[in-house]
Order: sequence, then C-alpha cells, then structure tokens
Amino acid sequence: MAFTAPNETFGGKVFQIDAGIDKKIVFGGEDVLPFHLFEGNVPNRPVVAYEIQDVPPEDWPETIKKVYEVVSGDPVTWAKYCQDKLNAKAIALRLIGTHPDRQNRSPEDAAKTVKDVLAAISIPLIILGSNHVEKDAAILLAAAEAAKDKNCFLGKAQEENYKTIAAACMANNLKLIAMSQLDINLSKQLNILITQMGFEKENLVTDPMCSGLGYGLDYTYSVMERIRLAALTQNDATMQMPMLADVGMNAWKAKEAIATEAELPIGGVLEQRAIAWEAVTATALMIAGSEILIMRHPEAVKAVEKFIDELM
Amino acid sequence: MLIIGEKLSIIAKRVREAMMKFDKGPIQEIAVRQWKEGSGMIDANIGPAEDGGEKMMEWMVTTIQEVVPLPVCLDTTNVKAIEAGLKVHNGEWGRPLINSTSNDPERFPIMEVAVKYQAQLIGLTVGKGGLPADAEERAGIASEIMARAMEYGMPVEDLYLDPLVLQMATTQDQALKVIQSVKMFQELNDPPMKTVVGLSNISNGMPKPLRHIMNKHLLTLLYYEGLTAAIADAAEVNETVKTVDVIMGRILYAHSYLEM
Repeated sequence: MAFTAPNETFGGKVFQIDAGIDKKIVFGGEDVLPFHLFEGNVPNRPVVAYEIQDVPPEDWPETIKKVYEVVSGDPVTWAKYCQDKLNAKAIALRLIGTHPDRQNRSPEDAAKTVKDVLAAISIPLIILGSNHVEKDAAILLAAAEAAKDKNCFLGKAQEENYKTIAAACMANNLKLIAMSQLDINLSKQLNILITQMGFEKENLVTDPMCSGLGYGLDYTYSVMERIRLAALTQNDATMQMPMLADVGMNAWKAKEAIATEAELPIGGVLEQRAIAWEAVTATALMIAGSEILIMRHPEAVKAVEKFIDELM
Repeated sequence: MLIIGEKLSIIAKRVREAMMKFDKGPIQEIAVRQWKEGSGMIDANIGPAEDGGEKMMEWMVTTIQEVVPLPVCLDTTNVKAIEAGLKVHNGEWGRPLINSTSNDPERFPIMEVAVKYQAQLIGLTVGKGGLPADAEERAGIASEIMARAMEYGMPVEDLYLDPLVLQMATTQDQALKVIQSVKMFQELNDPPMKTVVGLSNISNGMPKPLRHIMNKHLLTLLYYEGLTAAIADAAEVNETVKTVDVIMGRILYAHSYLEM
C-alpha cells in the first residue's frame, strides 16, 4: 500500500487583513501552519515592506546606508525610490526622528512627513513611532490624523500607550500594530485590552517583538510559533491576528552585519554576510508565522521573495 | 465543558408557577440569562409530568427556543412528553439531549424515542435495585446501558453517562466514588464515553452560603478527570471551568482570561 502523508487540519484561521487604497496589500487568511499549502488554504503571500525614516539614517551601518545614500536625505524621495525603483509593495515609515534622544521632532513635524509621503506614493504605508512609549502616544495621534482614511497601519501600540493609539486608529479609520515584549501571554492580554475598547480584532496586527539572528531570534520564533498554534489548534480568536516581523532594524544591529572582514575573518565578505543576516532572520520568522515583514536591503528582500516563490 | 443551564426546573417556585400558567415571560427571561452566562444547552425539567406532560414539554421547548439559539435538554421521566418535545425541537443549534434513561427496564422506551429522533441521551447509572454502592458498580451498570443502547441502534457516542451525584450532607463517601466513576466511564469505549453530572445535587441540603463552594470544587475535580458536561448554573461555575481550562493548557493564559 502506498504511503499517505498525514494531513493536519485545524479549527482556527488567521484573520485576513489589507492595507492601502490604490495598490492594496493583503495578507493572513490561512488556516494551516506557514507554507503548509498541502494541508489547507494559504490565500496570500507574506508581504515585505521597505523601511524608510523621517530623518537621514545616520545610525544605520555603512553597508545599508550607502544603498540609500542619494535618496535618504528626504523621506519623500526615499519612499518614491523604494516604490518606483525597487518595486516595493509597501513602505514602512519609521518616525525615529521624534525620539527625545534623537532629533526630538514634534507631532506636527511627524504629521507633515506622513502627509508628504502619503501624497507621493500609491502603495500602502505603515507608520511607526520611535518606540518611546510616552512620545509615541502624541506622535502617533498626530500621524493618525494625517493619515485619516488612508487604510494605513499605525504602530506600535504597547501596554503603556495602547489606549491613545488604538483610539486614534479608530477615530481615523486605520489599522493597528500591537507590540508586546516577547511574551505570548502579554501579547494575548494586549489584544484583549485593545479589543475591549471596541477595536475590531480583524484590524489588528500582532508584533510579538522581533529579534535578529544570533540575538534572540529563537525567542521570537518560539513566541510566534506558539501564537500561531493557539490561533489554529485552540481556535483562540484573541490570537488570530497576522504577525509582524520588524526584521531590518534588528538584523542590522547584529555584530555580523557590521563587523569588517578584518574584524571577523571567518565571516566572509561583509556586504554578503550582512545581506544574508537580514534575509535569514526574515525567512526564519516567516516560517514561524509572520506575514508582514519590514526590511532594509533590496538584495535581502529579493532573496526573501525568491524564498516565498519557491515555497508557494 | 458543556454547561447545561439548570435553572428551568419545576423545583424552583418561580419556574413552577410560570409553567402552571403557561407564562412565557419568566421562562424566557431565565433561558436568555443562562445563555448569556455561558450555558451551551438549556435544561427543561418538567418533573414526572404525568398529566399534561406532552403539552408542557412542547411548550417549554418552543418557549425556550423562541429566544435562545441553543439546543434543549428534555428532562422528565414521561416518555410521551419527551417525544412531544423532540417533535418541536429546532436542531439548528445542535441536537437535543434527553435526561434520562437508566438500567431500569421501565426507562428503556426512552431509547427508542432517542433513536427515532436522533437525540442524544443521558444514561443514569442506576438500576432497578437502588443506588449503586461504588464506582465499579456504576461502571457495570454503564456497560449494561451501553449494550442496551447498541441493541436499540443508538451509537454510544450519543450517550452521556451520569454517575449520579449524591448529597454531601447525607452520603459523604459517595463523592469520591462519583469522581472515580467519571474516570472509569471514559475507559469503557474508544473514543472515551461522554460523561455528565447534575452538579448542584452535591450541595443539596447544605446551608446556602456554602453551596457554591462545594459545587465549584467538585466540578474542578470532575473536570480534571475529563467530565464532558454538567447540568449547572453557568454564572456560578464559569470561573472554575475557565481556570481549569487554563491550568490544563486548553486555553492560552492572559490576565483577562476570565473576561473572555
């Protein structure tokens, strides 16, 4: 008798979510583990968004900084470059310049940047604060108003500031990214608190907090995997949101993405090594279940898209 | 855990009066409350109902299902009343459950009715000769009920075995035997047999302030052993069920788990 591979099917399903107006992105919607197309429905591919900033990326390592050297002085030029030259499917605008320890830009500055970028692109926008919980509440509120009805993602709402940010999303008809600190129970709790405010759970994306290869990737992987299993096997509606992996900022923090050939002789050519570091971090987290990834290097994005092509 | 809302019982004065007057108001109010509180099925206990049982059960089933999208547990010894209730039962939200048959030949006709209407059935593990002494005796009776059900053409998956919870205040030694029975019953079949208890019977005769404590702790132990369903007050046992679900890893913990 021929061998028949066992098929695992589940009661639960990940919510499908979209962003954008003209050129939409759609992800989530699967009722099986990542890429298990042979067991059920995987209606959408994971989506990669290109990361840009409101201020020049002075703190980015040289290898990635030089890719955007000509365009990164201005977020609008940068966004258009990603859309037109790199064929980006989405842009993730990080308002890092609003951080009090950086340029401490104001909510008005942030709102203007958001407006300008939105006016310049036709692909969906993900608007991110600087991860400073107090400042983000004010910044993201202003950013939300600037992005009203544009079907953007706004984030990241955390335990300390979710009320303001979720309310801003609801008032301006946007979608929300909720981030908790690498803990599945806290992640569930935050989703519950946000939905108890009247926020639609179908408009939420979960960020269980990303870490780069070699710097805690295994923790993120494990939390994502368990969130997805709770969504599918326990049909837990508070855990069925698609998941975000904020890959670029973490991968490019790794020593391996920065150290020169002289400093790390066994690591090979720096540029290839750094790109591989970002690509491997991203592919690992897609296998763990993330459907939306924020990345930096075009070559790493290419590698990830090729990986998705091969698996889907 | 399936909670079968216990509040629509002829034993309760308000319910009895409403039933006597065919007054839908209180019946529907209690049914809706139990549904909102988390019951997955509503028990309609009309007692032995020797006179007018058919009309009464028919009225109860339709009255409940007019306002609550749940199946009904038809609770009476009157076979004709059960059949009348099954005829009008709306299966859209699940199959009805009959409470109950036992190993007493007088209760076998209920099996015929259950098969005819494809209803699920509670098998109370008592025989004609009085109450069972221990878990082994209950399991013996359970096997006989299962064999009888198969004779009538009923899948044992449709049978819920009830070990018969007795009063703590009068028969303390029986409580542990009930817990053991729930475990033993499951071993009588693969997949495991379904089990059910009339939970609050344990605290009958106890001072009222103590009753909920006894009910909840017994349920914790029974649920740990694999109990499928309980005829109980959902508002009273919700916390217990959710907390055991979390402890057993069936639900992912979050600080707000009780609110979900």
